Amino acid sequence: MSAFRAFADAVSSGAIPVIIALVALVGAVRGVKVYEVFVEGAKEGFEVAVRIIPYLVAVLVAVGMVRSAGLLDLVSRALAPVLAVVGVPVETLPMMLVRPLSGSGADGVMVELMKTHGADSVAATTAAVMSGAADTTFYILAVYFGSVGVTRIRHGLWAGLIGDLAGLLTAAWFTQALLF
Amino acid sequence: MNRVFVALLVAAVAAALLRDALAAGGADPLLGAGTEPALRSLTQKSLDAAGDAAKLALGLTGVLALWMGVMRVAEKAGLVALLARALRPLLVRLFPEVPADHPAMGAIVMNMSANLLGLGNAATPLGLEAMKHLQALNPRKDTASNAMVLFLALNTTHITLIPARTIALRLENGSADATNIVLPTILATACGMTVAFVAARLLQRRFPLEPLPPASADGAAS
Repeated sequence: MSAFRAFADAVSSGAIPVIIALVALVGAVRGVKVYEVFVEGAKEGFEVAVRIIPYLVAVLVAVGMVRSAGLLDLVSRALAPVLAVVGVPVETLPMMLVRPLSGSGADGVMVELMKTHGADSVAATTAAVMSGAADTTFYILAVYFGSVGVTRIRHGLWAGLIGDLAGLLTAAWFTQALLF
Repeated sequence: MNRVFVALLVAAVAAALLRDALAAGGADPLLGAGTEPALRSLTQKSLDAAGDAAKLALGLTGVLALWMGVMRVAEKAGLVALLARALRPLLVRLFPEVPADHPAMGAIVMNMSANLLGLGNAATPLGLEAMKHLQALNPRKDTASNAMVLFLALNTTHITLIPARTIALRLENGSADATNIVLPTILATACGMTVAFVAARLLQRRFPLEPLPPASADGAAS
């Protein structure tokens, strides 16, 4: 595992500058006007950032209100018995509810579980796996569709949330099967 | 999205009212009725969230500009097409609606590679680049195409080889074996991704696209 760990560290710490330099070098070798082309692309990045603001405001306000109102507490009380039946540690329920809504919120829940149950406890480990197994679907939805001005998302939210749910449940099962 | 948006807002206010009502009756210590009424903190939170959203978008500006610039150079240098060609058999099966040589394919590959390596801040700009190309193929500009929904679903469940941030948080909190989560995470995301793919494919029939309006005389599709 330590070789893998070294590889992981190398990738996460060094990949980005290496990729950027490599792209610039290959571009130059192939006769691309690297600077001009870069600036032209970057200009578009700026426009996209401005374009997504209204979509992001709408979704983050709705999500923030749901979290602040304590709606998740109410929902989790109703869902707790169901979780026990499907073999998922009940302590990870807040994680499952917050993960699609907020990345920093999910990190908060995970750290909280580590502090109360221990970093290597079943609950905290399951939550850590869950964190990687799903993503902030609402945010991705707002940014991706917002950037091209799509407002009628059809089955976009359902497909994303169903995938999240599958990832979260199998995260709990694989954690139990492989680590405990 | 209209119904989801309204439902979230109404549900949040209803929950806050319910909590305040229960707190007033002293009936519900479990919900931790704080010193502050739920509705009042909700007011503050909704305004904060709006500010945060704008800050977040502007904060993205730098990385968006950086990666879209790099992406454009890679495109011009033919690197993106090279990558897309290598993965063509897979891509054509995943996105049958997208022509095999379309630049969307290259952007999709770049986005998925960034996700795979856990380079989250590169993945989003590359994903938006892919969305732009998919939108160019989309005849109904305000409505998501099947390819867009599928791309999005794969993005929300993407496989990450190295969940670096989670590993760091585990180390910080005294885990003895912080990297043991890697294997279950990969397996679980593989399951999530498969289910998201199947769900997107099955659901697209239940959310049929409206027939296109007859093309107007000047050929400008709305």
